[in-house]
Amino acid sequence: MGAPHGHRLHFHAHSPVHALSAHTKLIALLAYAVLVVATPAQWWWMFAVWAVAILSVIAVSKVPVSYLAPRMLVEAPFVVFALVIPFVATGPRVQVLGMSLSQAGLTSAAILLTKGTLGVLASLTLAATTEPHDLIAGLRRLRFPKALVDVIANMLRYLDVVTTELTRMRVALTSRGFTARNPRHWAVIARSLGALFVRAYERGERVHLAMLSRGAQ
Amino acid sequence: MPDGFLDAVTSTATGVLAIGGVAAALRGTKRELSERTTPLVGLCATFVFAAQMVNFPVGAGTSGHLIGGALAAVLVGPWSAILCMSVVIIVQSLLFADGGITALGTNITLMGLVSVAVGWACVVVLRRALLRSIRWLPVVAGISAWASVVASSAAFTGLYALGGTVPLPMSKVLVAMVGWHALIGLGEAVITGLVVASVLSTRPDLVYAARPLIAARTLEIRTGATS
Repeated sequence: MGAPHGHRLHFHAHSPVHALSAHTKLIALLAYAVLVVATPAQWWWMFAVWAVAILSVIAVSKVPVSYLAPRMLVEAPFVVFALVIPFVATGPRVQVLGMSLSQAGLTSAAILLTKGTLGVLASLTLAATTEPHDLIAGLRRLRFPKALVDVIANMLRYLDVVTTELTRMRVALTSRGFTARNPRHWAVIARSLGALFVRAYERGERVHLAMLSRGAQ
Repeated sequence: MPDGFLDAVTSTATGVLAIGGVAAALRGTKRELSERTTPLVGLCATFVFAAQMVNFPVGAGTSGHLIGGALAAVLVGPWSAILCMSVVIIVQSLLFADGGITALGTNITLMGLVSVAVGWACVVVLRRALLRSIRWLPVVAGISAWASVVASSAAFTGLYALGGTVPLPMSKVLVAMVGWHALIGLGEAVITGLVVASVLSTRPDLVYAARPLIAARTLEIRTGATS
């Protein structure tokens, strides 16, 4: 394959954060997320500490902010939800710019957004500094069930193969003049998904049989 | 769902539930897919991941995508489907920063356990009760997909009522969530039905939910057309 190995979020660099073993980073991410989530609203100044902590890790990791910022978009649907909260939450209301908003809703939405954003930043840092195979090794060292890690490893091994297969199908459709515009076109997209399933399954079977015939256990 | 959406107690509880569910699925999968378990479940997870990337245009410039719990259950069986969905959610969280690590348990419970369990229960009931022919299986799959989406949204609201971090009027949230997902579920239903129909037309033997229906078919030998 000519495509770069690794995955869409990985940022290649040499830094102490990249060099850190994956299981340490996983534990650190989990500990950080738990601490952030467990921080009560009254201790709002702690969030500044958490933010400084993750931003310094990002600074050390040499992953540019311009690389991370657009990838924060995964958070977008959740931001919409948080923005709606002050309008629908219960409790005493305050006037902001002529709108009647719930006091409790405003605070909760702010806390929710802060916690969510810090969590996404931390997850992005892990994803940007860890190669998939290191992550799998890390999960193994953390004693994840072997069968589960095997499935994850298999999924990641085929991820590029199957998604590029999907891209090829899309290119083929487009070159025949197909553009999906409305629900009437769903049947066409669904058929290519069906074909993708059959091809993925058959490929898995083929590769597995080939491995068995070479003596793999 | 990101970090910090539900309180620590609820997140821990769903985490325990998710671990139990995945452990049961690991055992159950061995029965469904014989010795080729690992590579095939891995590929199904890849397929679900890819299927979630595909956008279905709804019109007016908006589009939605599949969740795939019921689809996976119909194609590879309920235990493998739980495993597929869980693995997709874990990979989304760890490698794509989509879904918080402390919300893993909740996300697996909702999109893995609840959606697959409800979807599969519907398939079994409908398949036995009214739509016994293989021709109806896409319709069965569609109805089950709709039910699985609505059930997941109801379960989400229930979890939120137990451990939400924001004071919201719960009855209104329930109506809004379930109503909205009943609408979204229609898309999931149509797409699931169409995908199942297309796999049935080429490789019906690969559709797990079709196995008893295929086994029940009798061999038909047509005579008179040979000359």
